[in-house]
Amino acid sequence: MEPSRNWRLNQQRYSLVGEVCPNCEHKIFPPRDVCPDCGQPAHELFKFSGHGEVYSFTTVYHAPAGHTEDAPYPVAIVKLDEGPLVTAQLTDLGERQVEIGMPVEMVTRKLGSDGERGMLVYGYKFRPQLH
Amino acid sequence: MAEPRVVIAGVGMTPVGEHWELSLRHLGMEAIQAAMADAGGLRPQMLYVANSMAPALSGQSHLGALMADFAGLRGAEAASIEAAGASGGVAIRQAVLAIAAGAAEVAMVLGVEKVTDQPSSSVERALATGSDADYEAAQGVTASAQAALLMRRYLHETHAPADALAGFSLTAHRNAVTNPNAMFRRSIQPEQYSRAAVVSDPLNTYDAAPMADGAAALILTRSDLTSANGSHPMIEICGSAVSTGALALHDQPDPLILTAARESVRRALLQSGLSLDEIQLFELHDRFSIYAALSLEAAGFAERGAGWQLAQNGAISLTGRIPITTFGGSKARRDRGVSGGRGDLAASGACRREPGRTGDRRPHPVPGRRRCDRSQPAATAAELRVSDSGPRLK
Repeated sequence: MEPSRNWRLNQQRYSLVGEVCPNCEHKIFPPRDVCPDCGQPAHELFKFSGHGEVYSFTTVYHAPAGHTEDAPYPVAIVKLDEGPLVTAQLTDLGERQVEIGMPVEMVTRKLGSDGERGMLVYGYKFRPQLH
Repeated sequence: MAEPRVVIAGVGMTPVGEHWELSLRHLGMEAIQAAMADAGGLRPQMLYVANSMAPALSGQSHLGALMADFAGLRGAEAASIEAAGASGGVAIRQAVLAIAAGAAEVAMVLGVEKVTDQPSSSVERALATGSDADYEAAQGVTASAQAALLMRRYLHETHAPADALAGFSLTAHRNAVTNPNAMFRRSIQPEQYSRAAVVSDPLNTYDAAPMADGAAALILTRSDLTSANGSHPMIEICGSAVSTGALALHDQPDPLILTAARESVRRALLQSGLSLDEIQLFELHDRFSIYAALSLEAAGFAERGAGWQLAQNGAISLTGRIPITTFGGSKARRDRGVSGGRGDLAASGACRREPGRTGDRRPHPVPGRRRCDRSQPAATAAELRVSDSGPRLK
């Protein structure tokens, strides 16, 4: 991941900052400046709570280059409390069996690296909700 | 003035497999030469090369010029078309538009992928470039994992049994037995499906088409340029449409509804004047078995959540209501890379199934069969073809 590209995404990666549509109040993540629901401009930033539930989940055994050291790892689509779905890895599962509907919360973790001397990329993952 | 009718004048393809001895350009040329021979030597003025992985896996872009040059078509208008797994279908659409617009009299579509030169981690990364790089691929999600996410949600919502999708794999393998270009020409049993190794739970090896090399080519022309006494029947393309959905799975309002597939089928039907009831055969995107179920639902052959039942009751078999993967699909024929060329591979397979062509063992009466092909969840293409016993090659 190129440093400038990573820097552009840091509000999303570290803080789940999306947008809210001033017209229909639809919450948008990731931000796209146009409401996917009503088509109106949507530039107002909105910070998501980071809470949600598992919409679906699986495990990656055959990882793409850049992630092979981490395999196998669990991935999910999480339905955020505010509405949007987001694709993310699950973490801190311990012995927990994942289920659809399981409450989860966002944490910041290492997403990958560009080789031994490359940049470390951090971003959101989701863990079972603690309380 | 009557609309010009676009017909398929020739098809050519290589076997799908691990072609260690063949490069990207040699694979492409083999299919091009076969299609030109099949079309009685028709020479294309336009060449659309469908491919999605050559830049990542072969360090080669600019495939339009590469293939035109290498295949002896230097000077032809040529470009590569990339739409991930829908590349082939989208390229066919471009060729149809070119012929229909009168910009060319003969156009060629070549689908080609060369994947076996690279280790699987590189192939997975190349495949993932077709998803949202910032919000999906960055999370380490693979194409298989995305299919698995949909499959688990589908089984959860429909309360279908764990082996609900087995029928898609069984059907594809059964139909590949008679396809000389297929990679896996053997039937499988339900027990094999149940025992198969996990790829990304709940998705197993029989739910997923492995990757391989291959190429397929089509030559399209106008019906008025063909004669009634040519060497073989013509297939008319009576509807052709492309639509897009959200790029990222999580951005689809309901990830289990392939809206792009639904819309492209609807538009293609509208153009053809046909109703869904008149469609007798359906080639679809089955790189993963879940996509077969979702495609059947999107097209309207089943209600949302009921597509899997068509694989249980024989409806998708060669003698059923709506046969699919009639040549083995991606599953048993094996997926040509991300099938930049899948669309036209399916199309060429489709032609091969028409009357008088090789390998046709279908028990159905075939003249006038209407077929519909489509591919890929995010971007998708649909073509409707009608076999036509009238016009022949000049």
